[in-house]
Amino acid sequence: MTDLGFAMSAPTVGAGRAAAANTPPKMSARKLDFYYDGFHALKNVNLDIADKRVTALIGPSGCGKSTLLRIFNRIYSIYPKLEARGEVLLDGDNILDPKYPLNRLRSKVGMVFQKPVPFPMSIHENIAYAIRHFEKLSKADLDARVELALRQGALWDEVKDKLKQSALGLSGGQQQRLCIARAVALKPDVLLLDEPTSALDPIATGKIEQLIAELKEHFTIAIVTHNMQQAARCSDYTAFMYLGELVEFGQTEQLFTKPAKQQTEDYITGRFG
Amino acid sequence: MNAATGPANDVAERLYRRRTLVNRLAIVLSCAAALFGLFFLAWILWTTISKGIGGINWALFTQITPPPMEEGGGLANAFFGSMIMCLLAILIGTPLGIAAGTWLAEYSGARRIGTVIRFVNDILLSAPSIVLGLFVYTLVVAQMGGGFSAFAGALALAFIVLPVVVRTTDEMLRLVPSQMREAALSLGIPQWKVIVQVLYRGASAGIVTGIILALARISGETAPLLFTAFGNQYWSADIGGPMASVPVVMNQFAASPYETWQTLAWSGALVLTVFVLLLSLAARAIILRNKISHD
Repeated sequence: MTDLGFAMSAPTVGAGRAAAANTPPKMSARKLDFYYDGFHALKNVNLDIADKRVTALIGPSGCGKSTLLRIFNRIYSIYPKLEARGEVLLDGDNILDPKYPLNRLRSKVGMVFQKPVPFPMSIHENIAYAIRHFEKLSKADLDARVELALRQGALWDEVKDKLKQSALGLSGGQQQRLCIARAVALKPDVLLLDEPTSALDPIATGKIEQLIAELKEHFTIAIVTHNMQQAARCSDYTAFMYLGELVEFGQTEQLFTKPAKQQTEDYITGRFG
Repeated sequence: MNAATGPANDVAERLYRRRTLVNRLAIVLSCAAALFGLFFLAWILWTTISKGIGGINWALFTQITPPPMEEGGGLANAFFGSMIMCLLAILIGTPLGIAAGTWLAEYSGARRIGTVIRFVNDILLSAPSIVLGLFVYTLVVAQMGGGFSAFAGALALAFIVLPVVVRTTDEMLRLVPSQMREAALSLGIPQWKVIVQVLYRGASAGIVTGIILALARISGETAPLLFTAFGNQYWSADIGGPMASVPVVMNQFAASPYETWQTLAWSGALVLTVFVLLLSLAARAIILRNKISHD
């Protein structure tokens, strides 16, 4: 860990700058507030998401961790009466600026949801559909991209003989890996995973966690999880949130072994949440 | 009962017997109610079949409506007219209905106007069809100097199709889980493409079923056609002029004193009933197949 050159400075409340001395963060939230129809759901959140690392967001239900994730690709904006204030920077550009092109943002910042949602199409078409929207490829090139995406999603060997079949026939774990492959197929910079394994059994969960470890070679990953062991296993950095505030942020090992805040320690030792 | 059971158990036993009795009574009564309803349904079907089957022959579908007192003849012009007007009504009502239903489900959001439109649509859905016929009469027929036309008939039927399709489209799209929208939008695909290419696929079985049921409903409608398409005892394929239709011919023939006309009316009733039955079966089949493929 230390050879990566990340500072181990003790994090302070509301300041999530545990980031690198030399690598700029991929995404960062600056003085971010969020309101659900007047309800103040996120309070002055400052957080850096390190490039090509896994950052986990943990905390009890309703603490705002999913809300924060859903700001990173502005998916919240499809619902009325939701409002984000502050800044979220992606490679230095503020994505909350209304002028930032929404569809380009979402092609750069992919998302996988709690419940696997394959589209009602064939397995091949599930992946090809989105690629076709952004690129004009020959059939051979498109097929190659679909194969690459399915391999990156660790699903290729299981589905290569039934690409034309409906994706709805896959098991829950396979469907979720298909969703990851679908997001990865657009070659995004960032992958947002919103409790990607909470609807899956332990074996499927294991496969997804292994996949996350492989994917961080190429992508910056932010994962929301209810499962503290999962955060400890998969992530390089962990942010602990409570009641809409970022309580503590730091390297995962540090946060789980020597938490700086009493609230963090209470949560990770199971005293509440 | 053995000696170990005290008076408390006697009470329980009595209550149990009572419940058993009430239960049997309830079963018998509900069965009787179901049989009572089914009896009349069977009677109606039997009457339609027994009176109509005799007139089912090739001539029914190839010859036009005969003058009174004359042997032979068929309902070819009425079948053709019904087909043309129903198809035209579906062609007018479906695209409008799908577009309006899509707006309600996907674009109206939390706006009040969406609720108002849904409410108004429900009123249109339950509006007496004769009112729709009169509306089209004043809107089209009277404006054209009292010229009845198949187009006016189709328009009146389209006003019946429209609210059905608006409602099924709206409801079927809202049944598509919001995660599907989020998943598709999170790929950076524009909303209209998400609706057309992803959400419509999820909702298609329901929407198609709605259209089929609307077709079943309008194929038996008489009232909207009385003042619009009127009727025509000759063969006509001119949608600008009056046109025959099965329900209107039945209305005229069944009430006539001529036996040949009455027989034709019963045959028309039978064909119409079988047609509607087949449409309902098709709708059920689509729903069933869709359910299986999603499980």
